[in-house]
Amino acid sequence: MSSATQTTNRRDVLGTSALRPDGAAKVQGRFEFSSDLHAENMLWGATLRSPHPYARIVSIDLSAAYKITGVEAIITAEDVPGKKTYGLISSDQPVFAQDFVRYVGEPIAAVAADHPETCRRALAAIKVEYEVLEPLTDAAQAINPSTPSIHPDGNIIRRQQIITGDQNLEGEIIVEGTYEVGMQDQAFLGLEAALALPESGGNGIEMYVATQWLHEDQKQIAACLDLPCEKVRLTLGGVGGAFGAREDISLQVHCALLALRTSRPIKMQYGREESFYGHVHRHPAKIFIRHHATRSGEIQRIEAKLVFDGGAYASTSSAVLINGVTHIQGPYRCPNATIDGYAVRTNNPPCGAMRGFGVVQACYAHESQMDKLAVACGLSPVEIRLRNAMVTGDKLITGQVIESVAPVARCIRETDAIAMPAPLARTAHPLEIVGGSGLTSLPHNIVRGVGWGVSIKNLMYSETFDDFATARCQLKDGVATLKYATVEVGQGFVVLAPQIARSVLGVDEVILDTVDTGIGSAGSTSASRQTWMSGGAVDGACRLVRQRLFEHVGKKYNIDPLRLAIEDTDVVDMIGDFRISVTEASTGVLIDETHEHHHRPTEELDENGQGNCHVAFAFVAHRAVVDVDVELGLVKVIQIATAQDVGRVLNPTAALGQIEGGIAQGLGLAVMEEIVLDNGKMRNPSFTDYLLPTALDAPTVVAVMIEEPEPQAPLGAKGIGEPPCISVTPAIAAAIRNATGKELPRVPIRPQDICF
Amino acid sequence: MSVLVPRTLKDALQAISANPSAQLIQGGTDLMVEINFNHRKPTDVIALRRVDELKSVYIDAKKSQVTIGAGLPYQQMEHGEIAQYIPALAQAARTVGSPQIRSAGSIGGNLGTCSPAGDALPVLSALDATINLQTADSSRTIAIHDFMVGVKRNARQPGEIIVSTTLPIVSGWQGYAKVGVRNAMVISVASCCLVVDRTNGTIAVALGAVGPTIIRCRETESWLASQIDLKTKATVSPNLLQEFGDRIANESKPIDDHRSTAAYRRHAVSVLARRMLTRANNQ
Ligand SMILES: Cc1cc2nc3c(=O)[nH]c(=O)nc-3n(C[C@H](O)[C@H](O)[C@H](O)COP(=O)(O)OP(=O)(O)OC[C@H]3O[C@@H](n4cnc5c(N)ncnc54)[C@H](O)[C@@H]3O)c2cc1C
Repeated sequence: MSSATQTTNRRDVLGTSALRPDGAAKVQGRFEFSSDLHAENMLWGATLRSPHPYARIVSIDLSAAYKITGVEAIITAEDVPGKKTYGLISSDQPVFAQDFVRYVGEPIAAVAADHPETCRRALAAIKVEYEVLEPLTDAAQAINPSTPSIHPDGNIIRRQQIITGDQNLEGEIIVEGTYEVGMQDQAFLGLEAALALPESGGNGIEMYVATQWLHEDQKQIAACLDLPCEKVRLTLGGVGGAFGAREDISLQVHCALLALRTSRPIKMQYGREESFYGHVHRHPAKIFIRHHATRSGEIQRIEAKLVFDGGAYASTSSAVLINGVTHIQGPYRCPNATIDGYAVRTNNPPCGAMRGFGVVQACYAHESQMDKLAVACGLSPVEIRLRNAMVTGDKLITGQVIESVAPVARCIRETDAIAMPAPLARTAHPLEIVGGSGLTSLPHNIVRGVGWGVSIKNLMYSETFDDFATARCQLKDGVATLKYATVEVGQGFVVLAPQIARSVLGVDEVILDTVDTGIGSAGSTSASRQTWMSGGAVDGACRLVRQRLFEHVGKKYNIDPLRLAIEDTDVVDMIGDFRISVTEASTGVLIDETHEHHHRPTEELDENGQGNCHVAFAFVAHRAVVDVDVELGLVKVIQIATAQDVGRVLNPTAALGQIEGGIAQGLGLAVMEEIVLDNGKMRNPSFTDYLLPTALDAPTVVAVMIEEPEPQAPLGAKGIGEPPCISVTPAIAAAIRNATGKELPRVPIRPQDICF
Repeated sequence: MSVLVPRTLKDALQAISANPSAQLIQGGTDLMVEINFNHRKPTDVIALRRVDELKSVYIDAKKSQVTIGAGLPYQQMEHGEIAQYIPALAQAARTVGSPQIRSAGSIGGNLGTCSPAGDALPVLSALDATINLQTADSSRTIAIHDFMVGVKRNARQPGEIIVSTTLPIVSGWQGYAKVGVRNAMVISVASCCLVVDRTNGTIAVALGAVGPTIIRCRETESWLASQIDLKTKATVSPNLLQEFGDRIANESKPIDDHRSTAAYRRHAVSVLARRMLTRANNQ
């Protein structure tokens, strides 16, 4: 008996901190990332990119490049057999630029050669003649109807208004501001890479690729290659982080085309600098908001204008915009709204998905406003937020009613209850002080500040999108095998899926099949959706298998299957003595079930921004404590306290990992991470100058997970990936304001913004 | 590409004299980055990593000076004798990159690259270090100020190896401070080394990342020496401190770039210099 209890304790079921199966390999450098892929007889592929933000291509001369020994193929727009463009929402981005280049880094040609160095020389030998044009780099300018279009689809990717309630209401208290967010990079560590293996005969291709969504890649690649989807088979290569940057195609089509052209395996991989050019970034945004409130601080109306710079191509800009405008009220009740949002096209680098997806920008603006409102009403940052906190059943400015669990006030209160860090000691070690080993500051140079941020984030895809997930479960001889196309980018589905199977089926051994397009779509690993969606699919498939197992046992032992249940690793009769191990029960039978999980349908927004466009929501509060050397403008974030609405914790270690990682990313946006642009050109496409937080920049995180299971969610668990990085940015900005008294309307906040 | 890995300084000097344009590599923390970016494509490389003589530290008590081998990694300057005799260099060494970079990178490489943001260089400048260079059959010693000739340009001749640098042991407070946009592993936005020589009653201030090479603030140095007696600890009046910082800022020649602005850099060096002067008089 006692040994059975022990077994239970050791079993990696839901709720335990089961270890990731890939964890040790990743830490020890043994994990095979896509860039480690290799095939016999393979060639290397490389991409020629535009040096200009906007130019007409006059001519392309490949003759000198072809003369280089070792060059096997060079392809341009002319060589794309199918669709010449691709894109996630609208297909507006050329596989290779044909007439115009619209951003610095836009692909023009690709070469295949025997060695990366040969590729490099071939690229240098391609002569492209350009007629350089004046780039459009100011998003505000792009809205102006008199600005010439830089793309046949026009400069406005989408405009969306939200008009609801009293349009003329004037509050007793009015506060307003214009807030800006710079361009952040996802900066995943595992660079873009793929290996393409052509089928002999050239009418099919197999690819190993680091992506976020195999089936969407497959669809887009097949269309460009003019092949049916089933002739383009994708297998997931090892992914080292994604954060949204792998939702769009990067080198996939180029690599496949070169493989088909040369009939040889092609490997392509980007270096760090090329990666900055090769994927989309977080939208820079400029947001004006005006809040109207009663004297007691109750929000009555918001007016806002949001402009998101989408860069040269649409990518997911229209969906990012929708998230921006529909989340601009924050996690607060607001009966009246006048919102106008634009996603525009410019000759800046294309922007698309990044963790927080449009909500990051909106949250920075609304949280900055909440602090202004608090001051205007004479309330504390906590009081103003509690006074307006939304609850389940409240109606959003889109008219959608919040059906999700909405513990906003609880998030705030539990964050508030977390102990403050000890004050900076006069004798603190230099590495604990702002400036670190730079020895810039002594304790008396430092002012401590505290700030708040609270957010609401939609989960899953919105506006009628049916981003379902598929999973298959097979049970035989006590071993479960799971198959799905759910991409592991580091979020931890590789550990969650077996936990689900163990909990539902009472098995110990779970085999994970290859992640490929040999099964239905799992949807994208984004939008905080895989635990809910693919978790739901695995759970559903396992439950179907369990049902069949009970039927099998019931028949064999003559017990009504309805009386059977799984207890630890046994099938038991709930009202009798019968007990048999799952292994024994499943010996000699193969049970095989597939399940698709769909979330509830959503609607498009109408022209007034009304409609049930989102599936569900998650909430979080952050309190930041920062030390600021005001005279030098240097910042060190000391502590982030957070209470997050997670629904249910399925793996405490993995959940905390998401929270800590998201906080680091939000901190990066608050104080250092920005792609600096100069007339469309990136000034810092390397980790020398695109600064990411180091271990010394990462604060102490004290996290409380609020477990109020979400009835809509298959496992009761909400997505937890995005919320941690959203409101932490405004919380840090508010803390710096608190320490300095400056308005600081733009992130990232630079030293010169603080000290002048 | 050929790579020679000499084990002695003599063999290394022989190798470079046979092929004066060969590329020297010590820790590779600058050179490999340049090679990976295709900014440099050396055909012949001489690796100095195994030459132990280049990692020597010689304390000459009589002459009151320390000679540090060009190949000594930063990590070994952070503590021990160097930290004891030349604390500013230990502090500068601690600010370089990450533990990995500090266990490979060297002063020789910092001098070889000669970036205005090189963290060892303001210390060498403030201490009027000399640079010891050798060829297979000759050697010369030049002042650090003559060695640094421009942005990433130095006075080393083909065929020469930087063997070591010699720094005086000075009695009085000295320190190095560096501003970066994050709390570790960051290229300097502005830096300052300040050395007070109590014996001679002088002060030296050298600035990094605010000009084409390291800037020595000689006018401010002699101005301050004329205002207060630097042989003893004196309280510096707020007005004097303010003017000291303003004068330091005036001697800097920063530019705007993607890392920062000229205005901020000017401000930062004035703040650092004031703070360090205050520290010098408090300790
Ligand atoms: C991630 C990272 C972080 C960094 N952070 C910093 C920092 O914070 N501060 C800083 O100052 N630097 C930093 N650097 C730059 C670099 O580490 C330093 O400049 C270091 O001092 C270079 O030393 P090295 O031995 O690695 O030089 P190498 O790369 O081996 O050589 C650099 C140059 O010097 C020449 N050279 C080397 N030794 C000799 C010699 N004995 N005689 C003649 N020529 C020689 C080489 O030919 C080459 O041209 C960083 C680099 C990296 C990659």
